[in-house]
Amino acid sequence: MTILKTSVAKKVAMALSGLFLVIFVLLHLAINLTLIYPGKEAFDAAVEFMATNPFIQLMQPILFLTFIFHIGMGIYLEWTNRSKRSVKYVNNNPGVASTWASRNMIWTGLFVLLFLIIHLFNYFVPFKTQEVPDHYALVIRLFKNPYYTLLYVIAFLALGRHLSHGFQSAFQSLGTPREKCNKALVITGKIIAFIVAFGFSAIAIYFYFN
Amino acid sequence: MKLNLKIWRQAGPNAKGQMVDYQIDGVESDMSFLEMLDLLNEKLIAKGEEPVAFDHDCREGICGMCSLYINGEAHGPDRLTTTCQLHMRRFKDGETITIEPWRANAFPVIKDLIVDRTALDRIQQAGGYISINTSGRTVDANNIPIPKKDADNAFDAATCIGCGACVATCKNASAMLFVSAKVAQFAQLPQGRVEAAKRVQDMVAVMDAEGFGSCTNTGACEVECPKGISLSNIAILNKEFILAQTK
Repeated sequence: MTILKTSVAKKVAMALSGLFLVIFVLLHLAINLTLIYPGKEAFDAAVEFMATNPFIQLMQPILFLTFIFHIGMGIYLEWTNRSKRSVKYVNNNPGVASTWASRNMIWTGLFVLLFLIIHLFNYFVPFKTQEVPDHYALVIRLFKNPYYTLLYVIAFLALGRHLSHGFQSAFQSLGTPREKCNKALVITGKIIAFIVAFGFSAIAIYFYFN
Repeated sequence: MKLNLKIWRQAGPNAKGQMVDYQIDGVESDMSFLEMLDLLNEKLIAKGEEPVAFDHDCREGICGMCSLYINGEAHGPDRLTTTCQLHMRRFKDGETITIEPWRANAFPVIKDLIVDRTALDRIQQAGGYISINTSGRTVDANNIPIPKKDADNAFDAATCIGCGACVATCKNASAMLFVSAKVAQFAQLPQGRVEAAKRVQDMVAVMDAEGFGSCTNTGACEVECPKGISLSNIAILNKEFILAQTK
Protein backbone atom coordinates (compact mmCIF):
# COMPACT_ATOMS: atom_id res chain seq x y z
CA MET A 1 0.00 0.00 0.00
CA THR A 2 3.03 2.31 -0.18
CA ILE A 3 1.72 3.59 -3.51
CA LEU A 4 -1.29 5.02 -1.58
CA LYS A 5 0.85 6.66 1.09
CA THR A 6 0.16 10.31 0.25
CA SER A 7 -3.13 12.18 0.31
CA VAL A 8 -2.86 12.97 -3.40
CA ALA A 9 -2.38 9.30 -4.34
CA LYS A 10 -5.41 8.38 -2.25
CA LYS A 11 -7.60 10.86 -4.08
CA VAL A 12 -6.35 9.65 -7.45
CA ALA A 13 -7.38 6.13 -6.36
CA MET A 14 -10.78 7.45 -5.24
CA ALA A 15 -11.19 9.09 -8.66
CA LEU A 16 -10.28 5.98 -10.66
CA SER A 17 -12.46 3.66 -8.55
CA GLY A 18 -15.32 6.17 -8.69
CA LEU A 19 -15.20 6.44 -12.48
CA PHE A 20 -15.17 2.64 -12.78
CA LEU A 21 -18.30 2.51 -10.61
CA VAL A 22 -19.96 5.16 -12.82
CA ILE A 23 -19.50 2.85 -15.83
CA PHE A 24 -21.07 0.00 -13.84
CA VAL A 25 -24.05 2.15 -12.76
CA LEU A 26 -24.73 3.26 -16.35
CA LEU A 27 -24.54 -0.34 -17.59
CA HIS A 28 -26.88 -1.41 -14.79
CA LEU A 29 -29.33 1.34 -15.78
CA ALA A 30 -29.25 0.21 -19.40
CA ILE A 31 -30.23 -3.32 -18.29
CA ASN A 32 -32.95 -2.02 -15.97
CA LEU A 33 -34.46 0.00 -18.80
CA THR A 34 -35.20 -3.24 -20.65
CA LEU A 35 -37.74 -3.97 -17.87
CA ILE A 36 -39.96 -1.33 -19.44
CA TYR A 37 -38.85 -1.54 -23.04
CA PRO A 38 -38.73 -4.01 -24.78
CA GLY A 39 -39.97 -5.89 -21.65
CA LYS A 40 -39.74 -9.21 -19.81
CA GLU A 41 -38.00 -11.30 -22.49
CA ALA A 42 -35.31 -8.73 -23.15
CA PHE A 43 -34.68 -8.26 -19.43
CA ASP A 44 -34.41 -12.02 -18.83
CA ALA A 45 -32.03 -12.28 -21.78
CA ALA A 46 -29.91 -9.43 -20.42
CA VAL A 47 -29.80 -11.07 -16.98
CA GLU A 48 -28.85 -14.38 -18.61
CA PHE A 49 -26.04 -12.61 -20.46
CA MET A 50 -24.76 -10.97 -17.25
CA ALA A 51 -24.88 -14.33 -15.44
CA THR A 52 -22.99 -16.31 -18.07
CA ASN A 53 -20.72 -14.02 -20.11
CA PRO A 54 -17.09 -14.81 -19.17
CA PHE A 55 -15.99 -11.16 -19.36
CA ILE A 56 -18.77 -10.13 -16.97
CA GLN A 57 -17.84 -13.03 -14.67
CA LEU A 58 -14.28 -11.76 -14.63
CA MET A 59 -15.42 -8.19 -13.92
CA GLN A 60 -17.76 -9.19 -11.08
CA PRO A 61 -15.10 -9.76 -8.39
CA ILE A 62 -13.19 -6.68 -9.63
CA LEU A 63 -16.37 -4.65 -9.29
CA PHE A 64 -16.97 -6.04 -5.81
CA LEU A 65 -13.44 -5.11 -4.72
CA THR A 66 -13.78 -1.66 -6.28
CA PHE A 67 -16.94 -1.06 -4.25
CA ILE A 68 -15.20 -2.18 -1.06
CA PHE A 69 -12.19 0.04 -1.84
CA HIS A 70 -14.17 3.15 -2.81
CA ILE A 71 -16.44 2.88 0.26
CA GLY A 72 -13.65 1.96 2.68
CA MET A 73 -11.26 4.64 1.46
CA GLY A 74 -14.07 7.22 1.38
CA ILE A 75 -14.95 6.52 5.02
CA TYR A 76 -11.27 6.49 6.02
CA LEU A 77 -10.58 9.85 4.29
CA GLU A 78 -13.65 11.49 5.80
CA TRP A 79 -12.65 10.18 9.24
CA THR A 80 -9.08 11.48 9.01
CA ASN A 81 -10.11 14.78 7.39
CA ARG A 82 -12.52 15.45 10.25
CA SER A 83 -9.71 14.96 12.74
CA LYS A 84 -7.75 17.82 11.14
CA ARG A 85 -9.91 20.49 12.78
CA SER A 86 -10.46 19.60 16.44
CA VAL A 87 -11.88 23.01 17.42
CA LYS A 88 -14.81 23.88 15.18
CA TYR A 89 -15.91 27.36 14.14
CA VAL A 90 -18.64 28.91 16.29
CA ASN A 91 -19.99 30.64 13.18
CA ASN A 92 -19.30 28.90 9.90
CA ASN A 93 -20.94 29.69 6.59
CA PRO A 94 -19.69 27.09 4.08
CA GLY A 95 -22.74 27.40 1.82
CA VAL A 96 -21.46 30.62 0.25
CA ALA A 97 -18.32 28.97 -1.13
CA SER A 98 -19.15 25.36 -2.02
CA THR A 99 -22.06 23.15 -3.06
CA TRP A 100 -24.07 20.96 -0.69
CA ALA A 101 -23.21 17.91 -2.80
CA SER A 102 -19.46 18.53 -2.53
CA ARG A 103 -19.57 18.84 1.28
CA ASN A 104 -21.83 15.85 1.86
CA MET A 105 -20.23 13.14 -0.27
CA ILE A 106 -19.90 10.95 2.83
CA TRP A 107 -23.64 11.12 3.62
CA THR A 108 -24.88 10.61 0.08
CA GLY A 109 -22.31 7.83 -0.22
CA LEU A 110 -23.33 6.14 3.03
CA PHE A 111 -27.00 6.28 2.05
CA VAL A 112 -26.18 4.57 -1.23
CA LEU A 113 -24.19 1.99 0.79
CA LEU A 114 -27.23 1.33 3.00
CA PHE A 115 -29.30 0.77 -0.11
CA LEU A 116 -26.58 -1.39 -1.63
CA ILE A 117 -26.61 -3.74 1.37
CA ILE A 118 -30.41 -4.05 1.26
CA HIS A 119 -30.26 -4.50 -2.50
CA LEU A 120 -27.74 -7.33 -2.19
CA PHE A 121 -29.88 -9.21 0.34
CA ASN A 122 -33.21 -8.57 -1.39
CA TYR A 123 -32.11 -9.17 -4.88
CA PHE A 124 -28.60 -10.33 -5.61
CA VAL A 125 -28.57 -13.19 -3.08
CA PRO A 126 -31.95 -14.66 -4.17
CA PHE A 127 -30.77 -14.30 -7.78
CA LYS A 128 -27.69 -16.35 -7.12
CA THR A 129 -29.30 -18.98 -4.94
CA GLN A 130 -32.70 -19.65 -6.52
CA GLU A 131 -32.85 -22.79 -8.61
CA VAL A 132 -35.00 -21.40 -11.41
CA PRO A 133 -35.05 -17.70 -10.79
CA ASP A 134 -37.70 -15.63 -12.44
CA HIS A 135 -35.75 -12.41 -12.48
CA TYR A 136 -38.53 -10.29 -13.85
CA ALA A 137 -41.10 -11.44 -11.28
CA LEU A 138 -38.65 -10.85 -8.41
CA VAL A 139 -38.01 -7.28 -9.53
CA ILE A 140 -41.68 -6.47 -9.97
CA ARG A 141 -42.54 -7.96 -6.57
CA LEU A 142 -39.95 -5.76 -4.84
CA PHE A 143 -41.20 -2.60 -6.54
CA LYS A 144 -44.73 -3.32 -5.28
CA ASN A 145 -43.44 -2.71 -1.75
CA PRO A 146 -43.90 1.04 -1.07
CA TYR A 147 -41.11 1.18 1.54
CA TYR A 148 -38.64 -0.49 -0.79
CA THR A 149 -39.60 1.81 -3.67
CA LEU A 150 -39.32 4.90 -1.46
CA LEU A 151 -35.90 3.85 -0.19
CA TYR A 152 -34.91 3.04 -3.77
CA VAL A 153 -35.91 6.48 -5.07
CA ILE A 154 -34.19 8.33 -2.20
CA ALA A 155 -31.03 6.23 -2.69
CA PHE A 156 -30.84 7.16 -6.35
CA LEU A 157 -31.50 10.83 -5.64
CA ALA A 158 -28.57 10.60 -3.20
CA LEU A 159 -26.45 8.87 -5.85
CA GLY A 160 -27.40 11.65 -8.28
CA ARG A 161 -26.09 14.28 -5.86
CA HIS A 162 -23.00 12.13 -5.24
CA LEU A 163 -22.26 12.00 -8.98
CA SER A 164 -23.05 15.66 -9.60
CA HIS A 165 -19.91 16.44 -7.59
CA GLY A 166 -18.02 13.18 -7.95
CA PHE A 167 -17.78 12.99 -11.73
CA GLN A 168 -16.06 16.33 -12.33
CA SER A 169 -14.14 15.98 -9.06
CA ALA A 170 -12.65 12.70 -10.31
CA PHE A 171 -11.26 14.37 -13.41
CA GLN A 172 -9.89 17.24 -11.32
CA SER A 173 -8.12 14.63 -9.15
CA LEU A 174 -6.66 13.04 -12.28
CA GLY A 175 -5.25 16.42 -13.31
CA THR A 176 -7.25 17.17 -16.45
CA PRO A 177 -6.50 20.74 -17.56
CA ARG A 178 -9.19 22.71 -15.81
CA GLU A 179 -9.54 25.76 -17.99
CA LYS A 180 -9.98 23.57 -21.09
CA CYS A 181 -12.21 20.80 -19.73
CA ASN A 182 -13.95 21.87 -16.54
CA LYS A 183 -17.11 23.33 -18.04
CA ALA A 184 -17.70 20.27 -20.21
CA LEU A 185 -16.96 17.93 -17.29
CA VAL A 186 -19.33 19.76 -14.92
CA ILE A 187 -22.12 19.63 -17.51
CA THR A 188 -21.44 15.96 -18.37
CA GLY A 189 -21.38 15.11 -14.65
CA LYS A 190 -24.71 16.83 -14.07
CA ILE A 191 -26.25 15.05 -17.08
CA ILE A 192 -25.00 11.65 -15.85
CA ALA A 193 -26.24 12.45 -12.33
CA PHE A 194 -29.67 13.34 -13.70
CA ILE A 195 -29.86 10.26 -15.95
CA VAL A 196 -28.93 7.97 -13.04
CA ALA A 197 -31.22 9.60 -10.46
CA PHE A 198 -34.17 9.99 -12.82
CA GLY A 199 -33.66 6.75 -14.77
CA PHE A 200 -33.56 4.33 -11.82
CA SER A 201 -36.28 6.19 -9.88
CA ALA A 202 -38.63 6.38 -12.85
CA ILE A 203 -38.42 2.63 -13.42
CA ALA A 204 -39.19 1.94 -9.76
CA ILE A 205 -42.12 4.37 -9.69
CA TYR A 206 -43.46 3.01 -12.99
CA PHE A 207 -43.65 -0.53 -11.63
CA TYR A 208 -45.07 0.58 -8.30
CA PHE A 209 -48.07 2.10 -10.06
CA ASN A 210 -48.42 -0.53 -12.83
CA MET B 1 -21.75 52.90 13.77
CA LYS B 2 -22.46 50.75 16.78
CA LEU B 3 -21.50 47.10 16.60
CA ASN B 4 -21.76 43.94 18.68
CA LEU B 5 -18.59 41.91 18.42
CA LYS B 6 -18.16 38.27 19.40
CA ILE B 7 -14.43 37.65 19.53
CA TRP B 8 -12.42 34.50 20.34
CA ARG B 9 -10.21 35.23 23.37
CA GLN B 10 -7.50 32.79 24.38
CA ALA B 11 -4.67 33.81 26.71
CA GLY B 12 -2.09 31.40 25.28
CA PRO B 13 -1.49 28.23 23.25
CA ASN B 14 -2.60 25.89 26.02
CA ALA B 15 -5.20 28.15 27.67
CA LYS B 16 -8.89 27.46 27.28
CA GLY B 17 -10.46 29.97 24.91
CA GLN B 18 -13.99 31.32 24.59
CA MET B 19 -16.08 33.78 22.62
CA VAL B 20 -16.37 37.15 24.42
CA ASP B 21 -18.97 39.82 23.64
CA TYR B 22 -17.95 43.45 23.14
CA GLN B 23 -20.05 46.50 22.30
CA ILE B 24 -18.24 49.14 20.30
CA ASP B 25 -19.46 52.62 19.42
CA GLY B 26 -17.96 55.28 17.16
CA VAL B 27 -16.97 52.96 14.30
CA GLU B 28 -16.86 54.88 11.02
CA SER B 29 -17.89 53.31 7.75
CA ASP B 30 -14.59 54.19 6.02
CA MET B 31 -12.51 52.41 8.67
CA SER B 32 -10.90 49.15 7.64
CA PHE B 33 -11.77 46.05 9.65
CA LEU B 34 -8.39 46.17 11.37
CA GLU B 35 -8.81 49.86 12.21
CA MET B 36 -12.09 48.92 13.87
CA LEU B 37 -10.16 46.36 15.97
CA ASP B 38 -7.51 49.05 16.72
CA LEU B 39 -10.33 51.26 18.02
CA LEU B 40 -11.63 48.41 20.17
CA ASN B 41 -8.13 47.80 21.54
CA GLU B 42 -7.65 51.48 22.41
CA LYS B 43 -10.87 51.33 24.40
CA LEU B 44 -9.83 48.06 26.09
CA ILE B 45 -6.42 49.48 27.01
CA ALA B 46 -8.06 52.65 28.39
CA LYS B 47 -10.20 50.43 30.61
CA GLY B 48 -7.12 48.50 31.73
CA GLU B 49 -8.13 45.31 29.89
CA GLU B 50 -5.95 43.07 27.72
CA PRO B 51 -6.20 44.13 24.03
CA VAL B 52 -7.25 41.60 21.39
CA ALA B 53 -4.20 40.06 19.70
CA PHE B 54 -4.46 39.76 15.90
CA ASP B 55 -1.98 39.41 13.04
CA HIS B 56 -1.37 42.26 10.61
CA ASP B 57 1.52 43.90 8.79
CA CYS B 58 1.30 45.79 5.49
CA ARG B 59 -2.45 46.55 5.63
CA GLU B 60 -2.29 46.84 1.84
CA GLY B 61 -3.54 43.34 1.02
CA ILE B 62 -0.20 41.99 -0.16
CA CYS B 63 1.74 40.58 2.79
CA GLY B 64 -0.53 37.72 3.84
CA MET B 65 -0.29 38.41 7.57
CA CYS B 66 -3.89 39.33 8.34
CA SER B 67 -6.32 36.49 8.72
CA LEU B 68 -9.59 36.31 10.75
CA TYR B 69 -12.70 34.21 10.17
CA ILE B 70 -15.39 36.90 10.04
CA ASN B 71 -19.08 35.96 10.17
CA GLY B 72 -18.30 32.42 9.06
CA GLU B 73 -15.98 33.30 6.17
CA ALA B 74 -12.22 33.63 5.77
CA HIS B 75 -11.32 37.34 5.40
CA GLY B 76 -15.02 38.18 5.77
CA PRO B 77 -17.84 38.54 3.24
CA ASP B 78 -16.05 40.30 0.34
CA ARG B 79 -14.44 38.35 -2.52
CA LEU B 80 -10.78 38.87 -3.50
CA THR B 81 -10.29 40.92 -0.34
CA THR B 82 -7.99 40.45 2.62
CA THR B 83 -9.23 41.40 6.10
CA CYS B 84 -7.13 44.58 6.04
CA GLN B 85 -8.87 45.68 2.83
CA LEU B 86 -12.34 44.90 4.17
CA HIS B 87 -14.14 48.08 5.19
CA MET B 88 -16.78 48.73 7.80
CA ARG B 89 -19.20 50.12 5.19
CA ARG B 90 -19.74 46.44 4.35
CA PHE B 91 -21.55 46.06 7.71
CA LYS B 92 -24.76 47.53 9.06
CA ASP B 93 -25.17 49.70 12.14
CA GLY B 94 -26.09 47.48 15.08
CA GLU B 95 -24.84 44.30 13.37
CA THR B 96 -23.35 41.41 15.33
CA ILE B 97 -19.99 40.29 13.94
CA THR B 98 -18.26 37.05 14.98
CA ILE B 99 -14.46 37.05 14.73
CA GLU B 100 -12.56 33.77 15.07
CA PRO B 101 -9.01 32.63 14.36
CA TRP B 102 -8.22 30.25 11.46
CA ARG B 103 -9.24 26.79 12.67
CA ALA B 104 -7.00 23.88 11.74
CA ASN B 105 -4.88 21.57 13.87
CA ALA B 106 -1.95 22.51 11.61
CA PHE B 107 -2.52 26.16 12.65
CA PRO B 108 -2.48 26.09 16.49
CA VAL B 109 -3.68 29.25 18.25
CA ILE B 110 -0.86 31.31 19.76
CA LYS B 111 -3.06 33.98 21.36
CA ASP B 112 -6.60 35.23 20.73
CA LEU B 113 -6.88 35.55 16.93
CA ILE B 114 -3.22 34.80 16.12
CA VAL B 115 -2.40 31.33 14.81
CA ASP B 116 0.93 29.70 14.02
CA ARG B 117 1.16 29.39 10.22
CA THR B 118 4.79 28.25 10.06
CA ALA B 119 3.56 24.87 8.72
CA LEU B 120 3.15 26.67 5.38
CA ASP B 121 6.76 27.89 5.61
CA ARG B 122 7.97 24.33 6.16
CA ILE B 123 6.07 23.16 3.07
CA GLN B 124 7.67 25.99 1.12
CA GLN B 125 11.12 24.99 2.40
CA ALA B 126 10.53 21.43 1.16
CA GLY B 127 10.61 22.51 -2.49
CA GLY B 128 9.04 25.88 -3.20
CA TYR B 129 12.14 27.20 -4.91
CA ILE B 130 14.51 26.54 -7.82
CA SER B 131 18.10 25.46 -7.13
CA ILE B 132 19.81 28.04 -9.30
CA ASN B 133 22.84 30.03 -8.33
CA THR B 134 21.68 33.64 -8.34
CA SER B 135 25.01 35.26 -7.51
CA GLY B 136 27.89 35.94 -9.86
CA ARG B 137 27.67 35.24 -13.57
CA THR B 138 23.96 34.48 -14.00
CA VAL B 139 22.06 34.28 -17.27
CA ASP B 140 19.32 36.85 -17.82
CA ALA B 141 15.98 35.10 -17.27
CA ASN B 142 14.59 36.69 -20.41
CA ASN B 143 17.10 34.74 -22.54
CA ILE B 144 14.74 31.77 -22.32
CA PRO B 145 11.62 32.37 -24.40
CA ILE B 146 8.45 31.51 -22.48
CA PRO B 147 4.95 31.53 -24.03
CA LYS B 148 2.91 34.46 -22.74
CA LYS B 149 0.13 32.15 -21.50
CA ASP B 150 2.56 30.08 -19.40
CA ALA B 151 4.20 33.19 -17.99
CA ASP B 152 0.80 34.65 -17.09
CA ASN B 153 -0.41 31.42 -15.45
CA ALA B 154 2.83 31.08 -13.47
CA PHE B 155 2.54 34.69 -12.38
CA ASP B 156 -1.10 34.20 -11.31
CA ALA B 157 -0.03 31.22 -9.18
CA ALA B 158 2.80 33.29 -7.72
CA THR B 159 0.37 35.91 -6.44
CA CYS B 160 -0.47 33.56 -3.53
CA ILE B 161 0.38 35.47 -0.35
CA GLY B 162 0.33 32.38 1.88
CA CYS B 163 -2.30 33.76 4.27
CA GLY B 164 -3.87 30.34 4.87
CA ALA B 165 -7.47 31.33 4.05
CA CYS B 166 -7.71 28.18 1.89
CA VAL B 167 -6.87 25.99 4.89
CA ALA B 168 -9.23 27.94 7.15
CA THR B 169 -12.09 27.62 4.67
CA CYS B 170 -11.60 24.01 3.60
CA LYS B 171 -13.87 21.56 5.40
CA ASN B 172 -10.88 19.20 5.57
CA ALA B 173 -8.38 21.91 6.60
CA SER B 174 -6.46 21.02 3.44
CA ALA B 175 -3.56 23.17 2.23
CA MET B 176 -3.84 21.97 -1.36
CA LEU B 177 -4.56 25.38 -2.89
CA PHE B 178 -1.48 26.88 -1.24
CA VAL B 179 0.77 23.94 -2.16
CA SER B 180 -0.61 23.73 -5.69
CA ALA B 181 0.03 27.45 -6.26
CA LYS B 182 3.68 26.93 -5.36
CA VAL B 183 3.99 23.76 -7.46
CA ALA B 184 2.17 25.25 -10.47
CA GLN B 185 4.13 28.50 -10.33
CA PHE B 186 7.36 26.61 -11.05
CA ALA B 187 5.96 23.71 -13.10
CA GLN B 188 4.91 26.09 -15.88
CA LEU B 189 8.31 27.69 -16.30
CA PRO B 190 11.39 26.06 -17.90
CA GLN B 191 13.59 26.93 -14.89
CA GLY B 192 11.15 25.14 -12.59
CA ARG B 193 10.60 22.07 -14.78
CA VAL B 194 14.06 20.69 -13.97
CA GLU B 195 13.09 19.83 -10.38
CA ALA B 196 9.32 19.53 -10.93
CA ALA B 197 8.99 15.83 -10.05
CA LYS B 198 10.98 16.03 -6.84
CA ARG B 199 9.34 19.32 -5.83
CA VAL B 200 5.76 18.03 -6.00
CA GLN B 201 6.57 14.85 -4.11
CA ASP B 202 8.55 16.61 -1.38
CA MET B 203 5.98 19.36 -0.88
CA VAL B 204 3.06 16.90 -0.76
CA ALA B 205 4.94 14.74 1.76
CA VAL B 206 5.52 17.70 4.10
CA MET B 207 1.93 18.90 3.59
CA ASP B 208 0.66 15.50 4.80
CA ALA B 209 3.18 15.36 7.65
CA GLU B 210 2.16 18.81 8.91
CA GLY B 211 -1.35 17.52 9.59
CA PHE B 212 -3.37 19.18 6.85
CA GLY B 213 -6.39 17.28 5.52
CA SER B 214 -6.79 16.00 1.98
CA CYS B 215 -8.47 17.84 -0.89
CA THR B 216 -12.00 16.78 -1.87
CA ASN B 217 -12.43 19.40 -4.59
CA THR B 218 -15.24 21.35 -2.93
CA GLY B 219 -13.77 24.51 -4.44
CA ALA B 220 -14.40 26.62 -1.32
CA CYS B 221 -10.71 27.63 -1.17
CA GLU B 222 -10.83 29.23 -4.61
CA VAL B 223 -13.92 31.26 -3.67
CA GLU B 224 -12.49 32.52 -0.36
CA CYS B 225 -8.90 33.10 -1.58
CA PRO B 226 -8.22 36.86 -1.42
CA LYS B 227 -5.87 36.54 -4.40
CA GLY B 228 -8.17 34.44 -6.59
CA ILE B 229 -5.77 31.50 -6.83
CA SER B 230 -7.48 29.12 -9.26
CA LEU B 231 -8.39 25.46 -8.74
CA SER B 232 -6.55 24.93 -12.04
CA ASN B 233 -3.42 24.90 -9.92
CA ILE B 234 -4.70 21.90 -7.95
CA ALA B 235 -5.34 20.07 -11.23
CA ILE B 236 -1.77 20.93 -12.24
CA LEU B 237 -0.43 19.61 -8.91
CA ASN B 238 -2.39 16.37 -9.37
CA LYS B 239 -1.04 15.95 -12.90
CA GLU B 240 2.51 16.71 -11.78
CA PHE B 241 2.15 14.25 -8.90
CA ILE B 242 0.90 11.45 -11.18
CA LEU B 243 3.67 12.13 -13.73
CA ALA B 244 6.27 12.19 -10.94
CA GLN B 245 5.39 8.58 -10.02
CA THR B 246 6.58 7.45 -13.44
CA LYS B 247 10.02 8.99 -12.97
